[in-house]
Amino acid sequence: MKAINEMRLQIESRSVNEAFARATVAAFAAQLDPNIEEISDIKTAVSEAVTNCIVHGYAEKVGRIYIWAAIYDNGHFKVKIRDKGCGIEDVRQAMEPLFTTLGGERAGLGFAVMESFCDKIKVISKVGKGTTVTLEKHFKGRDADNDRG
Amino acid sequence: MAIRISSTPVRVTVELSGEIDHHNAAALRLEADEAIQRSLAPNVRLDFGEVTFMDSSGIGFVLGRYRIAESCGSHIEVVNLSGRNYSMMKLAGLDRLVTLKRK
Ligand SMILES: Nc1ncnc2c1ncn2[C@@H]1O[C@H](COP(=O)(O)OP(=O)(O)OP(=O)(O)O)[C@@H](O)[C@H]1O
Ligand SMILES: [Mg+2]
Repeated sequence: MKAINEMRLQIESRSVNEAFARATVAAFAAQLDPNIEEISDIKTAVSEAVTNCIVHGYAEKVGRIYIWAAIYDNGHFKVKIRDKGCGIEDVRQAMEPLFTTLGGERAGLGFAVMESFCDKIKVISKVGKGTTVTLEKHFKGRDADNDRG
Repeated sequence: MAIRISSTPVRVTVELSGEIDHHNAAALRLEADEAIQRSLAPNVRLDFGEVTFMDSSGIGFVLGRYRIAESCGSHIEVVNLSGRNYSMMKLAGLDRLVTLKRK
């Protein structure tokens, strides 16, 4: 599948950039004419992935977060969020709802939220090397909204 | 992101507005907890009516306040939830710990 358009964004893992990252990716995705719910889905999923890079991947230090996104024919959208942080030992366990290694104010629901708001999620991680989360979503778009009335 | 707190003998009301994410939640937490702990009211109302965005940090925020309120013997109700935020909180099972009310 060949992308119609691509973007890349590199940010420092500072929490103030969470809002910047989700808004920027959502603005790029807007080229596919998604409806409001679909834009919120992307915003929320990207916010989860970027927050994870900041609070888990780089924890106490500041590193770089690499975001790549692409749009395809027929309303298909893909976004990849990568850190070069600590990595995840057991990805399957990490993705279980309510699993968290931090506790406190973390609910352990980031991956569950990404899964419920996207059509497809892929997580590749290596301890000491970092983590890449790839999210895919098909937009039905505003026309679908109108059809629903 | 803004927080407004008001208090009566029976209820502490915490009105949130704007976007709740990991970055914003830290400041909200401090203010909300201070008000909850200072008051002796049996009911804590978290008003999400003006919340325009939240991710799982919003769920963590409610969970954290639930723990504080429970230790003070008070009950939490989360009100004016958008359909979307209501579903996220249900997904998290928050309906078993606090009262959830949609807009
Ligand atoms: N980028 C990452 N680098 C290292 N570990 C990660 C990363 N992303 C997730 N994890 C691990 O996976 C666990 C589950 O992540 P998830 O986002 O589902 O929950 P959480 O971040 O702990 O809580 P919440 O997202 O609800 O605030 C985390 O606790 C952490 O151990
Ligand atoms: Mg998370």
